[in-house]
Amino acid sequence: MLTIEEPKPTFTVNPKRFLLWLFIVTIIMMFAALTSAYLVRSSDGDWLKFDLPPMFMASTAIILLSSVTIQFAYWFATNNKMNLLIASMAVTTILGLLFLYLQVKGWGQLVDEKIFLGGRYSNPAGSFVYVISGLHAFHIISGLIYLLIVLYSSIRGRVNSTNLLQIEMCTTYWHFLDLLWIYLFVFLQFNN
Amino acid sequence: MSAVNLSHSGADAHAHDEHDHHDLPWIRKYVFSEDHKYIAKQYLVSGIIWAIIGGLLSVLFRIQLGFPDADLSWLKPLLGEWIQNGKLDPEFYLALVTMHGTIMVFFVLTAGLSGTFSNFLIPLQIGARDMASGFLNMISYWLFFLSSVIMMFSLFIKTGPASGGWVVYPPLSALPQAVNGSGFGMSLWLGAMVLFIASTLLGGLNYVTTIINLRTKGMTFTRLPLTIWAFFITAILGILSFPVLVSAVLLLIFDRAFDTSFFLSEIYIGGEALHHEGGSPVLFQHLFWFLGHPEVYIVILPALGITSEIVSTNSRKPIFGYKAMIFSLIAIAFLSFLVWAHHMFVSGMNPFLGSIFMFLTLIIAIPSSVKAFNYIATLWRGNIIFTPAMLFSIGLVSFFLSGGLTGIILGNSASDIQLHDTYFVVAHFHIVMGSASFFGMLAGVYHWFPKMFGRMMDERLGYIHFWLTFIGVYLIFFPMHYIGIAGFPRRYYSWTGFDAFSTFTDLNQFISIAAIITFVAQFIFIFNFFYSMYKGRVATANPWRSNALEWTTPINPGHGNWPGAIPTVYRWPYDYSKPGSKEDFIPQNVPFSETPESNFPNEVDEI
Ligand code: HEM
Ligand SMILES: [Cu+2]
Repeated sequence: MLTIEEPKPTFTVNPKRFLLWLFIVTIIMMFAALTSAYLVRSSDGDWLKFDLPPMFMASTAIILLSSVTIQFAYWFATNNKMNLLIASMAVTTILGLLFLYLQVKGWGQLVDEKIFLGGRYSNPAGSFVYVISGLHAFHIISGLIYLLIVLYSSIRGRVNSTNLLQIEMCTTYWHFLDLLWIYLFVFLQFNN
Repeated sequence: MSAVNLSHSGADAHAHDEHDHHDLPWIRKYVFSEDHKYIAKQYLVSGIIWAIIGGLLSVLFRIQLGFPDADLSWLKPLLGEWIQNGKLDPEFYLALVTMHGTIMVFFVLTAGLSGTFSNFLIPLQIGARDMASGFLNMISYWLFFLSSVIMMFSLFIKTGPASGGWVVYPPLSALPQAVNGSGFGMSLWLGAMVLFIASTLLGGLNYVTTIINLRTKGMTFTRLPLTIWAFFITAILGILSFPVLVSAVLLLIFDRAFDTSFFLSEIYIGGEALHHEGGSPVLFQHLFWFLGHPEVYIVILPALGITSEIVSTNSRKPIFGYKAMIFSLIAIAFLSFLVWAHHMFVSGMNPFLGSIFMFLTLIIAIPSSVKAFNYIATLWRGNIIFTPAMLFSIGLVSFFLSGGLTGIILGNSASDIQLHDTYFVVAHFHIVMGSASFFGMLAGVYHWFPKMFGRMMDERLGYIHFWLTFIGVYLIFFPMHYIGIAGFPRRYYSWTGFDAFSTFTDLNQFISIAAIITFVAQFIFIFNFFYSMYKGRVATANPWRSNALEWTTPINPGHGNWPGAIPTVYRWPYDYSKPGSKEDFIPQNVPFSETPESNFPNEVDEI
């Protein structure tokens, strides 16, 4: 046979991980649109000023904490510490649920302040807070489902130092949702 | 020569678990298939069905525009209540225009075009067994299907489908009291669009991931066919712009369902003052066009990719300026995010801001003309083979040029004050986007039909179809420029009340007749398509003597595309009529060491 030249090497990444990153990009674009819309609209005047509900502080602390626990879960997985892994995943899931609960409480506080989503007494300033935090909460629900799937896999022993992809992707997604909330929180705090 | 199997080195990078396709249950083979080729055909057939419906709607409103005084009772069997006393219901006219635009832009030229050709060609041309995720791909199609069902359903409800134009500007679209179509029809429109966007995004994620990660050995980025480059950039445009439409749609849904005031402010309707305060309808326009402008490129770029490939193959010449073509795709994509406000010059925008957007808009003409120039330079002195696909590709070049020229006129904010929302705009985008993209799609079908169905389409019918359509398009849309310059507004049901426009009755009649003939001519294609699927001449392995990888598969590629190892790639896909070579084409999987007679000095070094 002839000597044939070596083909040029091609660049690749793990497709699943790559899909996740692209998915994250779409979420970023969605919130970028909403926050730009917020900025454009708020610069127009006739803008209601009010404080974010105090509960949002608490929820922010909780979601930060959940990022720490999921990172621990990941480390435990790399070190094959199964029980600790399961425990940290469970704690993360509970913190995620707690976050959702606190967000709902926060909306309650807004209503008490007479900041409404819609209707005669609403103002886009308030509606934006509801819609932005609501859409984020919707993504948190998707994250919780993902957490539960990985928790289940961990209980079945399918997450360990040789099977890291699933928990790694879940960790990435959860950290992203955390960061996204921090961004939204700071954004709403400073632009209100 | 191209059949030499070159699987000599290392393990197959894309080792594929050879699960036997034939063991799959019927429903996963013919309905919820995860095979990219099958999904592509599902998209194609759905796209064709939508195109017929969209075309039919346009014929209906062209009848109204061309023959405003005619008795339309004969349409009663089709339209029922929408014909009263022999006249078309004016609100239904608006619904027809709206649905025509929505269907054509999104369902045919986005889903039908990208869905078909990205799915079909990406794995075949980059040398992959399938998409990165067949499952997501299948979900993507079925979300589109669901969205289609909802959109179709909205055509049949009592209050009629959405009727605020394909751009659904609030407040018209936000207030059900405003027009019948803004009631349930609009809710269905919004619901369908959310599903549609989810489908497009899933598709796009898959295309990008597949192109980056599943290329066969040797398929570097500078050896990708331009089709793949175009699909790649298109998918990225979609990933960046469709989420913005989701946000706009979401806020609109809140305005409609939860009584918020994102896009609504102090409004009187029917004498009643609404409570809405502080919203901004112009905000919607910004959000919409931030998607809307990239969307027009989502529609045209795949067509440009498809035709680049076809023009090069059938000119038997390398594509002129391969890298310039890639660069202009990227430049167009980048700029398309910076020009959206050229749709809003007359929305009360600060004129200084208008000048900036005008400047950015006119810059797009540069990469666009690079493309037009390169097409022509590729054709120049080539051994042109006029297959139907080639004719449609040349047709695209013609449309892209003549429609792009009117874009430059519209892009000047001063002239746009006169031309905005007139038939001049309608003429512009139907030539540059509608017809050009349709021609790209048709060219793609004629060219890859043998690979899709293992048979050839009838050429003679193809030629008749081409000439009728090509001439038809110019007869329909060219006169519209004049009507537009005269100030004739778009989306008007009737204009006989205005003396200024009565002189255009003849021209409008002419356009309508041309439109009907062109529409009917499309059935030649439909017949050819379905007839050839079963009765066409059986195709050979490489009927167009093309270089790209898809022609190295069996005539009817099975699951996994190549029965043996995936071919390795050694060269770019445009080695046509290479000096010294015996044949006038050298497929991508032929190593340089086998073609010593035609290698360039730098290629000798690669051996
Ligand atoms: C040199 C290139 C181009 C320029 C400068 C240009 C400029 C413009 C401008 C200024 C408008 C707004 C007119 C108005 O509403 O008053 C417009 C409308 C439009 N253009 Fe272009 N255009 C160009 C190429 C294209 C291409 C390549 C496409 C699609 C493939 C396209 C699709 C559209 C569509 C769909 C609309 C109308 C949207 C609507 O109002 O319904 N244009 N163009
Ligand atoms: Cu535009």
